[in-house]
Amino acid sequence: MIHLVWLVPVLPLAGFLILGLGRNNLSKALTGLMGSGVILASFVISLLIFLEVKQEGFVPVTVSLSEFINAGKLQIPFAFQVDQLSTLFLLIITGVGFLIHVYSTSYMHEEEAPHFARYFAYLNLFVFSMLLLVLGANYVIMFIGWEGVGLCSYLLIGFWFKNLEYGNAAKKAFIMNRIGDLGFLIAVFWMINQFGSVTFGEVFAKAQGTPIAVLTGITLLLFVGATGKSAQIPLYTWLPDAMAGPTPVSALIHAATMVTAGIYMIARSNILYTLSPVTQTVVALTGLATAILAASIALKQNDIKKVLAYSTVSQLGYMFIGLGVGAYTGAVFHVMTHAFFKALLFLGAGSVIHAMGGEQDIRKMGGLKAYMPVTRWTFLLACLAIAGIPPFSGFFSKDEILSAAYAKNPVYYAIGVAGALMTAFYMFRLYATTFLGDFRGTAHQKDHLHESPSAITIPLIVLAALSVTGGLIGMPEVFVKNGHLLEHFLEPVFAASYKIQQAEPAPASKELTLMAISVGVALLGALYAWSRFRKKPDLAEATGFGKVLANKWYVDEIYNAIIVKPLDALASFFNSFFEKNVIDGLVNGVGRAVRYGSRQIRLMQSGQVGGYVLLMVIGMVVLFLVQIFFKK
Amino acid sequence: MGITQILFWSLSVLALFSAIMVVVSRNPVHSVLWLIMVFFAISGHYILLNAQFLAIVNLIVYAGAIMVLFLFVIMLMNLNADTEPQKNKWLKIAGVISGGALLLVFVAALKNVDAKAHVAQVARGDIGLIHNLGIALFHDYVVPFEISSVLFLSAMVGAVVIGKKE
Amino acid sequence: MPINYYIFLAVTLFCIGVTGVLTRRNAIIIFMCIELMLNAVNLLLVAFSKMHYQEMVKLNPTAGIDGQLFVFFIMVVAAAEVSVGLAIIVMMYRNTHSVDVNFLNRLKH
Repeated sequence: MIHLVWLVPVLPLAGFLILGLGRNNLSKALTGLMGSGVILASFVISLLIFLEVKQEGFVPVTVSLSEFINAGKLQIPFAFQVDQLSTLFLLIITGVGFLIHVYSTSYMHEEEAPHFARYFAYLNLFVFSMLLLVLGANYVIMFIGWEGVGLCSYLLIGFWFKNLEYGNAAKKAFIMNRIGDLGFLIAVFWMINQFGSVTFGEVFAKAQGTPIAVLTGITLLLFVGATGKSAQIPLYTWLPDAMAGPTPVSALIHAATMVTAGIYMIARSNILYTLSPVTQTVVALTGLATAILAASIALKQNDIKKVLAYSTVSQLGYMFIGLGVGAYTGAVFHVMTHAFFKALLFLGAGSVIHAMGGEQDIRKMGGLKAYMPVTRWTFLLACLAIAGIPPFSGFFSKDEILSAAYAKNPVYYAIGVAGALMTAFYMFRLYATTFLGDFRGTAHQKDHLHESPSAITIPLIVLAALSVTGGLIGMPEVFVKNGHLLEHFLEPVFAASYKIQQAEPAPASKELTLMAISVGVALLGALYAWSRFRKKPDLAEATGFGKVLANKWYVDEIYNAIIVKPLDALASFFNSFFEKNVIDGLVNGVGRAVRYGSRQIRLMQSGQVGGYVLLMVIGMVVLFLVQIFFKK
Repeated sequence: MGITQILFWSLSVLALFSAIMVVVSRNPVHSVLWLIMVFFAISGHYILLNAQFLAIVNLIVYAGAIMVLFLFVIMLMNLNADTEPQKNKWLKIAGVISGGALLLVFVAALKNVDAKAHVAQVARGDIGLIHNLGIALFHDYVVPFEISSVLFLSAMVGAVVIGKKE
Repeated sequence: MPINYYIFLAVTLFCIGVTGVLTRRNAIIIFMCIELMLNAVNLLLVAFSKMHYQEMVKLNPTAGIDGQLFVFFIMVVAAAEVSVGLAIIVMMYRNTHSVDVNFLNRLKH
């Protein structure tokens, strides 16, 4: 089965080609069926591969498909790597991706058939790129997928391209990603220079004896790439703006694909990071800052999707904390659980928006629990999961990261818990404002309220089940001996790193105390939000510090002032001065010189036979002179 | 200096002088007559090299037939007077200079060639005799010879076609 | 005679022909200068033929005879060329009432 791994990305690619080329001729039903079907097929194959990989004694396999770049000593094959880490990501991507596809068939139903097909084609391409990223056996193949998801996010965020603002959001996402991609690309070149190879196995093997400074440089550059894709400070601002796309796209970007690319890349390169402690510290600090900053912004947002977007940024921050403190399993675990509950949250939000006729402002909602029971209950479960209330999935993964952070530095832990408090608060603020209290929309909207069709609710229920139970595969040692199935499964991938770290497990009593603190804090935040917003939602315009939060710490404005404005000024200077005088002058000058020269040379073609013969003889003389004086 | 040398030098001087006169004389008829002198001088060289056949053919074909044809055309067009308009003086000077330059580079190119040791056999040798040439021509070169007859035929047809009035 | 005498004689004759082509405008005289150049080449061919003969006669009694045959063929071609060329000049004279090559510049229009 493993040797059929190429089918996993090829099927979505085929779906993309068929839907993209036949978008004018396919009916909506066929489009939806095919778009979801190819992902389902990929998921089934991934599952079969997973079962094979899960067996004891599995050795990672590299499936080489063809040669890709062969230049001198540099060999970059087009190869896929199948091991525990990539298989896990395959399952997440195709599984969650499939549910989002099913959901989309209903959510996007109002689009015209060609746009509907275009949407599914992009979606398939997105999944294809992500699978390529995850499966690639070297950094170059990974980079192809890396660029592919960037392109697809651009296409999907700007899906309703007739709206200028959405187009700008798409451009923002693309450009921010490009900044990160440059870091990745330079890191790849550096690796080629340093190791003479970009294949994972060879790079990791050679990394052991490499100077720390070089490794720090490479890993920092890779991390720059990760900050772009995974929306960390300073490149996170594109992610909230990416809400311009259709809601299922947001779910796909935030949960299954795109933003997990950075985590995957660092988890894949874990040995490089373990060998360069400076980078690890940078990663952890960036993650912490992002987690706190994004969580604080989310406290005051009133757009249902914006809250979720900042919560994604914040949760990604937690994953980077995990990577930074060396808890690679914890980070990957959190990726997985986050994929479940964040997809659920976004799809639930989409269901709400669908019912509200496109309204996204939570101040105009309220009391929806009576109208949308399935959405309400699944949303509540997701909120509990993300807030870290046991025994829901988010608790286990977040707790693993936090306890690893404590082992590294208690300050990390304290800040992480503060972030968890805010997470619980804003999630329940969102929940209470949306589903509890009285309905605050227009009468027309009230008539229109309804539970969404089954194509929407079934994915919600499936994801809710996963959100509730997903954490059970990673039970901490203190509860169940050898209960952490995921850690056991992923051990071969991170073995080398863990050998270097040699972290001692914290005493059980201490671990239980830490857990109790974080759960208590989360409960506190949730209950406070619940009691405060249940009856009396936060409708007033924010003032004072709240206004700073509502305006996202003015980060967009700051970026605008220190980067965009000077660039604009420089560009307009070049446009008005350099372009007109130098470039135009050069171009016109060349044209003028050629015209003048040809006018002069034209005189030579006089029609006078004598003149021609004269030139011929001069030419002969010149040739003879060259022959005599310049031979050899 | 033997008789051969005297003949060589006098024939060379005659050829060069006549050639210059071909170029500089204003009357075309005079040019034709000087050119005939050149051909005679060259035929003399041929005889000196014991290439009698070519010497005679040169005289008959060139000096006899071709030059008479030239003369005939000139007379026909009534060009015997100097009707040539004054050509651009600078172009003329440029022509002379570039011709001289060509001569200069030829001489420069050939002056160092190791040719002094080689000698062209004069007044002896029998390959130039009609007997030997005839055998070679009708053995080894019979096909080109026949083809040249076709060439003549086509040239003749061409001349007639071009020359006749529309 | 040393071969380089012949070489320089032929080259000089050739260059006189070139100079004639460059300086004269009368088509017939240009034509004659071309004949002059052809003859310079012929002379050189015969001289080389005899040089070759003298050096190779012991191995091959007819060495160098090809050079003289080439001269023969050049004469054949020259005769054909002259017949056609003169026809063209006659034609040109009939049309322009001149044999000045500069009148031919109408081709450029």
